[in-house]
Amino acid sequence: MSKFKIVGKPIPRFDARAKVTGSLKYADDFTMPGMLYGKVLRSKYAAANINSIDTTEAKQLKGVHAVLTAKDVPHNETVTRFGQSTVIGKGFEGLYRVLADKKVRFMGEAVALVAAETEEIAEQALDLIKVDYEPLPGVFDPEEAMKPDAYQVGEGDTNIIGEFGCRQGDTEKGFAESDVIIEDTYTVTFQDHAFMEPESGVGWIDDYGVLTLRVSSQVIEHFRDVADVLGLPHNKVRYIGTIMGGGFGGKEDITVESFLALLVWHTKKPVRLVYNRDETFMCHSKRHPFVMHYKVGAKKDGKLTALNAHLIGDSGGYPYLSAWVTLYATVNAAGPYVIPNVNVKAHVVLTNNTFTSANRGFGAPQPNVAYESIMDEIAHKLNIDPLEIRRLNCITTGGALSTTGQVFNTHVALPEAGEKAWEALGEPDESKEENIKIGQGLAIGLMSYGRMTFLHDTSRCYVKLESDGSALIRSGIPDLGAGQISSLCQIVSEELGVPMSRIKIYHSDTALTPLAGTTTATRQCYMSGNATLKAAREVRGRILKKAAEMLIVNQNNLDIVDENVVVTYDTAQSIPLVKVIKACEAEGMELFCEAQFNAPFTSVPDLSNMRGTTHPDFTFGAQAAEVAVDIETGKVKVTKIVTCYDIGKAINVAAVEGQMEGGSIYGMGYAMFENYELEKGAPKTLSFAEYRIPTTLDAPEVKTIVLESGGGLGPYGAKGIGEPACSIIAPAILNAIYNAVGVRIKSLPVTPEKILQGLKERAL
Amino acid sequence: MNKIPIKFTVNGKQREAQVEPNELLINLLREELYLTGTKYGCGVGECGACTVFVNDEPVLSCLTLAASVDGQQITTIEGLAKGSELHPMQVSFLKNAAVQCGFCTPGMILTAIALLKENPEPTEEEIRDYMRGNICRCTGYTQIVRAIKECAESIKS
Repeated sequence: MSKFKIVGKPIPRFDARAKVTGSLKYADDFTMPGMLYGKVLRSKYAAANINSIDTTEAKQLKGVHAVLTAKDVPHNETVTRFGQSTVIGKGFEGLYRVLADKKVRFMGEAVALVAAETEEIAEQALDLIKVDYEPLPGVFDPEEAMKPDAYQVGEGDTNIIGEFGCRQGDTEKGFAESDVIIEDTYTVTFQDHAFMEPESGVGWIDDYGVLTLRVSSQVIEHFRDVADVLGLPHNKVRYIGTIMGGGFGGKEDITVESFLALLVWHTKKPVRLVYNRDETFMCHSKRHPFVMHYKVGAKKDGKLTALNAHLIGDSGGYPYLSAWVTLYATVNAAGPYVIPNVNVKAHVVLTNNTFTSANRGFGAPQPNVAYESIMDEIAHKLNIDPLEIRRLNCITTGGALSTTGQVFNTHVALPEAGEKAWEALGEPDESKEENIKIGQGLAIGLMSYGRMTFLHDTSRCYVKLESDGSALIRSGIPDLGAGQISSLCQIVSEELGVPMSRIKIYHSDTALTPLAGTTTATRQCYMSGNATLKAAREVRGRILKKAAEMLIVNQNNLDIVDENVVVTYDTAQSIPLVKVIKACEAEGMELFCEAQFNAPFTSVPDLSNMRGTTHPDFTFGAQAAEVAVDIETGKVKVTKIVTCYDIGKAINVAAVEGQMEGGSIYGMGYAMFENYELEKGAPKTLSFAEYRIPTTLDAPEVKTIVLESGGGLGPYGAKGIGEPACSIIAPAILNAIYNAVGVRIKSLPVTPEKILQGLKERAL
Repeated sequence: MNKIPIKFTVNGKQREAQVEPNELLINLLREELYLTGTKYGCGVGECGACTVFVNDEPVLSCLTLAASVDGQQITTIEGLAKGSELHPMQVSFLKNAAVQCGFCTPGMILTAIALLKENPEPTEEEIRDYMRGNICRCTGYTQIVRAIKECAESIKS
């Protein structure tokens, strides 16, 4: 029997009832008396000089309260941060520019802001702003942009904004020893987060002059960045983070907040700002497209000998988190494989495309497409089974990553996850029609959870027992829909024996809650879970100590179950929790605790050759897919998906399965049809009709296998799952397509045209 | 433009409003009646988040003129529960963990109820076909489809 009472159970999340009844107030559901409506003027050009902006007419329109341009922004240029308080340097903290000033870097860049009494008036005012643009040639291909004589996207003398490397052994020697070498270029596209809730928020100035922003954000620590933009003390900006309608990394950078803050500050009135769907497509970050040149060698027996990779990422018009994402891609470039000789380098480059930044997987899904496809090719060339080639080469517990040499001291569920996923996929369905070919594919992988260790990550949480036996949690944790907040409640319920219904959590509010860090990097279960556990155990210890005195037993023989402190060897002996609380309070004992959890800290690595620990730990898993390919039309249908991850310990098994299922389909969309297309920097896919994400008809039922090794660094041995869950399904699908029709797709997304072209080439 | 006076019922309550000729139903519900359970996801009828019932038929409120609901009965997600007693579809979504971020949930639940009204015992294929206009980015649909199936079974028994 499980030793857990609450942890692990599929308990409905604390906010689920408010969600099914429609009573939950998301960021754009909020209204203030006398509220104005904000709108943003967007650049019509991807590359242009701004000679002048004339706002006279717009300002004169009745009902307009503010029209702002770059000159109205106290500090228009600061640096991109994502909540870190440690300054890393080395180009990581790139330029953050609030409004375009002089030079435009991408189509849709914010040029001016308006606040007006209605949305219609605000839109009319946008039309009255006259911007004199001088179009410039621009550069739209990252490899072109890397050339010394390329058009300069920014004001500097190079478009390259990040360069990374990892080396071990001698790749020349490694290739000389290999019997088979695969050399190929893989490309992946821009992916939009396509969260259902657009970027949104309401801002106002409170009774004490504090600029308050109630916004949909994964990073409430941006209060500092907004304060810096306005030149305000950090303690005069308050973020109230709402429950998000999805984030996936797209609400990790500042979205509406600086604009909202400026409009509120200038008008001294409440303002609401919500992006339209086409605006959200055009004006927020995307997943980085990568060009990936790979060369991999293996011996006849399937053992890998050497890997060379050069990854080139497209940052679009601004750096945002490009350097960080590219670092992740570099670390992940050799996958979960033991390869004695490795040379990975990566560049990330400015172009005049829509800017790119964090997107679920953060640089891992891109190289995974390349190396897992190549593993399959090697297996095919050597006539080795796809599972066997992975068994032969995968890292196991105690092994090390072939890029950085980081050693895995925690449990590595490989090749176990691969074996389980492959087995669960079962025998392929038989095709009922001659033109439909069935195929199966497998991919294994790893992805970090927790931030890069040189960011010196921390999380804090406050836990309190009230006089009536109810419990209170205060945590700065933002919840983007994955159930981050509910997990903390389950931990407190487990430790303090208080039912979920009697726990109240205040979350993501810089005025009320200790900072828990960002809901990014699959870090909250690990970081805030540990901080919560630490605080809850401190309070639990005090309760048990008092109860031991009252029951005259050893404290080690006590537990708190269903609001009673019970003697574990004789459950007939117990005392109500509330009685112990009262006794503690009578003696002035503190029944609250604010605890901080610190991740392991390391120093910044040598970026040209990163060695050693870059992340606290990794999550390992496998995905398998079955596809049906129509050789007449080129259409591919994904018919089965199996996903298997070692998540250490599930805090809420339903939430874990939800991440694994949702992640699979998010990654399936990336593989199959999601493609944010641009033509010379002009986006062509600005609606769900043009940018298609998976529907109920596209998605197969996802079969999940949850492994619980207990070997994670999170509470009770948990690992993170949010991002790993989506990062290897794409190559599993590509491998299934190859298995079905012998066509190797090397550029995402898979399209019927590419399949038909591949079939034609095969027939030649 | 002259405003149009309309009378209608929302979640069983008589309402009156003055609406612009080009005003959309989603705007009336969210901005004037503060029924914010109806969500804006795309504004052009491509995501299903703004689904409401007009005379028990599902419609996309972002494509429906407010003036057209004169004399009609509207049900939004806020009108499904009877006091604290949830509609069986809401219960099934809760039980099956079919809710993640929750932004698509109101539209999903209303569309699913409409499905079961038309077809009380749908197959998985029929569920997937009917629900194709409601997009969800979080769940991958497995738990949503399961919730609808289970709700159909629970109503039957």
